[in-house]
Amino acid sequence: MYDAPTMEVLLGITGKDFTLIAASKAAMRGATVLKASDDKTRALNKHTLMAFSGEAGDTVQFAEYIQANAQLYSMRNEADLSPSALANFVRGELASSLRSRKPYHVNLLLGGVDPITHKSRLYWLDYLAALAPVPYAAHGYAQYYCLSILDKHHHPDISLGQGIKLLNLCTDELKRRLPIDFKGMVVKAVTKDGIIDIEFDDDKVVHAA
Amino acid sequence: MASGYDRALSVFSPDGHVFQVEYAGEAVKRGTCAVGVKGKDVVVLGCEKRSAMKLQDTRITPSKIGLIDTHVCLAFAGLNADARILVDKARLEAQSHRLNLEDPVTIDYITKYVAGVQQRYTQSGGVRPFGISTLIVGFDKGSDVPRLYQTEPSGIYSAWKANAIGRSSKTVREFLERNYKEDMDREATVRLAIKSLLEVVQTGAKNIEIAIMAPGKPLALLPVEDIENYVKNIEQEKQEEAAKKKTGRTPGTGTAAILTKPQSDTEQ
Repeated sequence: MYDAPTMEVLLGITGKDFTLIAASKAAMRGATVLKASDDKTRALNKHTLMAFSGEAGDTVQFAEYIQANAQLYSMRNEADLSPSALANFVRGELASSLRSRKPYHVNLLLGGVDPITHKSRLYWLDYLAALAPVPYAAHGYAQYYCLSILDKHHHPDISLGQGIKLLNLCTDELKRRLPIDFKGMVVKAVTKDGIIDIEFDDDKVVHAA
Repeated sequence: MASGYDRALSVFSPDGHVFQVEYAGEAVKRGTCAVGVKGKDVVVLGCEKRSAMKLQDTRITPSKIGLIDTHVCLAFAGLNADARILVDKARLEAQSHRLNLEDPVTIDYITKYVAGVQQRYTQSGGVRPFGISTLIVGFDKGSDVPRLYQTEPSGIYSAWKANAIGRSSKTVREFLERNYKEDMDREATVRLAIKSLLEVVQTGAKNIEIAIMAPGKPLALLPVEDIENYVKNIEQEKQEEAAKKKTGRTPGTGTAAILTKPQSDTEQ
C-alpha cells in the first residue's frame, strides 16, 4: 500500500485570519509535463478550499464528488459546513473508499476559516484516510524541503503578507532542490470574506548552490 | 385473492378521470397563495404566510419559498410536507447535474425534472400524488432572461409571464391579467406581486413574503419593513382612486352647469 512521494507540490499555511493554499501548476504524466496551468484546487463552499494530488483520474473525480456533497449540504440546510466538519466528512469518504475494491488514491489539504469563530483552519489528509489539524502542511517531496523552513519561520499570528513571504521561501527552496520544473504555483487565500486568488510570481529564477 | 387493496390508487374512473390526481388539485387550492411575476430583468416570487400562533418561533419556521440551487428558486402551494420531499429531490438533481455535466441546471430542465417526479407519483401503485403546485423561477447560466414556470400534481408544467397558485389563485390570476405590463423594472414587478397578493391576503405586510431574483445575484428576501412600505403605498393609492371614483366628473368644466346638489356627492 505504500506509495512513493510525488513531485506534485501542495502547501498550506494558516495565519491570524486566513489560510493560504498553494498547489503546483504542472500536470504530469510520467516524465512529461502535459499542462503548465493546472488548478489542483476546488472550493467546497464560501470559506473552505481543498487542494489535491495523487493518481490522475482519481483526484478530480474525488474532489468534485466532495464539492457536490458540500454544496448539496449548503442548499439543503441554508448553512455551510465548517472546515472541521468537511475535513471529517472527507476523511470518512476516504476511509470507506480505502476499504473498497478500488480505493481513491488522493492526498489532500483542506483549508479555510471557520464561519462562526473566524479562526483559520488547515487539515492534512492522505489516501490512507489519516487526518490531522495542522498550522502548516505540505504533501509529496515538498514536505522534505518545506517543513523545516515552516518550522523555523511560521507563527500562528502572521499576516497575509507575511504568509505569502513564507510561501516564497518555500517555493524558492523547491525550485532549488526539486529535479523537475513544477511550473509555478496556484495560490489562493481563504479569509472570512471568501476565497481570493493571490498573484504569485512564478518567473523568479533560483539557482542551486 | 384480488381484494382491491393491492391495486394502484390512481386508476381511471369510467369517464376518464384519475380522481386521486384531481383530489391533489383540491389540496393545492386549499394551500396558501403564491404568485410569480416576471419583469424585464428580474423575477419575483410572493407568498401568503399563514399567520403564526402566539408561541410559534417564526424565525426558524420553514418558509414556502426555497432555493433549489443558487440560481433557481421555488415556491409552492399545497401540502407543506409533500413539498419538502419534492424540493429535496430537486436540490439533489441540481447538484448531481453540476457534478455530471459541469454546468448548473437550466430553469427549464429543473422544471421538467420536478414535473417528471410529480407525474411518476400518479402512475404507480402504493403511492399518492404530490399535493402541491410549484412556481419555479430563476435565470439560466449567463442569461439575463427571467424564467417562470408552474408545475401541477398531474405533472403538467407550463411557462408564464405572471401566475398564481393556491387559495383564491383565480382571483389573483385575473388581477395579474388586468395589471401585467411588459418590461417592468424591479420596483414595478415587486409592487405588482404585492398588490396582487393583497387581493386575497387580508392581514397585510406581516403575512406576505417576497423573494427577488436577478441575474447572477443571490436570492434576495425583501425585509418586512420594505413590504410594509409597499403595502402602505398601495393602500394609499387605492384610497385615492376610490375617492376619485366617488367624486365622479369634476364639476365646473367650461359651461355654467346647473349645480343642483353641489356638495352632497362627496358627503354621502
